[in-house]
Amino acid sequence: MSVDATTVRKIASLARIAVSDTEVDAMVPELNNILGWIEQLGEVDTDGVAPLAAVIPNHLRLRDDVVTDGNIRDQILKNAPQAEHGFFAVPKVIE
Amino acid sequence: MSNLTDLTVAGIRDGFRKGDFSAREVAEAFNAAVAAGKPLNAFLVETPEHALAAADEADRGRASAEFRPLSGVPLGIKDLFCTAGYQTTAASHILEGFVPTYESTITAKLFGAGAGMLGKLNLDQFAMGSSNETSYYGNVISPWRRKDGGNAALAPGGSSGGSSAAVAARMAPGATGTDTGGSIRQPAAFTGISGIKPTYGRCSRWGVVAFASSLDQAGPMARDVRDCAILLEAMSGFDPKDSTSLDLPVPQWEAGLSADLRGKKVGIPKEYRVEGMPPEIEALWQQGIAWARDAGAEIVEVSLPHTRYALPTYYIIAPAEASSNLARYDGVRYGERELPDHANLQEMYAATRAAGFGPEVKRRILIGTYVLSAGFYDAYYTKAQKVRALIARDFEQAFQQCDVLLTPTAPSAAFALGEKSADPLAMYLNDVFTVPASLAGLPAMSVPAGLDAQGLPLGLQIIGKPLDEQGVLNAGLAIEQRAGFNARAEKWW
Repeated sequence: MSVDATTVRKIASLARIAVSDTEVDAMVPELNNILGWIEQLGEVDTDGVAPLAAVIPNHLRLRDDVVTDGNIRDQILKNAPQAEHGFFAVPKVIE
Repeated sequence: MSNLTDLTVAGIRDGFRKGDFSAREVAEAFNAAVAAGKPLNAFLVETPEHALAAADEADRGRASAEFRPLSGVPLGIKDLFCTAGYQTTAASHILEGFVPTYESTITAKLFGAGAGMLGKLNLDQFAMGSSNETSYYGNVISPWRRKDGGNAALAPGGSSGGSSAAVAARMAPGATGTDTGGSIRQPAAFTGISGIKPTYGRCSRWGVVAFASSLDQAGPMARDVRDCAILLEAMSGFDPKDSTSLDLPVPQWEAGLSADLRGKKVGIPKEYRVEGMPPEIEALWQQGIAWARDAGAEIVEVSLPHTRYALPTYYIIAPAEASSNLARYDGVRYGERELPDHANLQEMYAATRAAGFGPEVKRRILIGTYVLSAGFYDAYYTKAQKVRALIARDFEQAFQQCDVLLTPTAPSAAFALGEKSADPLAMYLNDVFTVPASLAGLPAMSVPAGLDAQGLPLGLQIIGKPLDEQGVLNAGLAIEQRAGFNARAEKWW
């Protein structure tokens, strides 16, 4: 499988990264080089192998359903590029 | 008094307890070394006042004989750990100016153990890189130079390149690192220091800027094995705030140190050779085998047949997880915002991320987005998770025949800055020996073992069974004692 300029633009749009035409032209061969190298995994027989998601056996814990945190609005907003009236502010969204 | 910056973590701790010097003297000596080390660009933020405050507290404690495990010890902190009140950028532009209001679990533990902070250490942007060349704030320059007289600036390794350079240049007795595919071990090998990545889950990831969450593990980097044991003890432990944290007691690794390997089996994986590997590395590996035998170990050849598939597996899984983790940088809640005129919300996201991420980070986000996209998920991501299972099984089977594995840490000594940065694949291949243990979540460390013909350090890697950090440290100690590595970079900065 290889990617072309249209695919790279689509991936970039999915990833919400603006790309210029020059960047796309540079990325196409670069990504194909990496993807081509990754494809050697096709040689490995993985029939009947379960995908590994957690490397060290561990179980997910449950904790009591109680409030353990909160009342830190100002701390949370402290690093926001634009905070107004106790909220994160973004450009106007019209759907 | 001898130069305080030549002391190890253990040397500082013990000398401080005995009253040979005050904690303030130590902090002042390292603060001065940090200030003098600016040409290496190892520190992004210097925090001399933090080191001094911790030192003064340690000195006050000494008056009443109150000693904590790291009283009097100042450390460097990789700028991937959130530190309350101190800028944390992960060496990225998108987090420029981000000052966390909270403390990562690891730094909270270290400071709670009495350590002070000398500063925040440079790294590859979001820990993505093997040479520290992807930092938005410039390359870290290794204190080491080839003896050919060319004075080429060398890579300190990556991603924990600020950490490795700072420890090797005696700007910090120890530092935190993080290791996703080799980011503690490879820089340690490049700079002639030690570093250990513990079993996945030993060190809390809470407050550590995330790269690939199923792989990311913090660990210490220091001058020797004992210091690694001391620091790892202080960093490890259960943390309910990290869902993959292991709820297990922390062993007393320092007290358990023993270089006696009698009764232990050291496995030599025959697949840990790559084309073009310098003969010096093969020779050093053979020397390491001889040292292990000398320490009483039995040597057994083992096979890890899927080794060659570890890197391509890693370069699906790590970018996939990164593309998901880095979705949080949207210019809304923290960090940079890029808002072109009349841009709507979606355009703001795209512009912010285009301006805020460096080329390597974008490359990995795009690869990750691609392999997770509809139609390709099974062919890439699920396939990689299956091969990952086979890689982990290789290790399980090998550990039925041996207690630890001994390999080279990296397929080369430090390369020059710029030598590999134009070819992403060539750079990725540098992690060929460190990535497999990361994929299997195993504890692994690098210890300095010798110099190449150019006078540059080379490291040997020890990989252990899950939770057997002690076995790794002990084998490391046996190598360290026999290698007698005492070379250091000649000061030019």
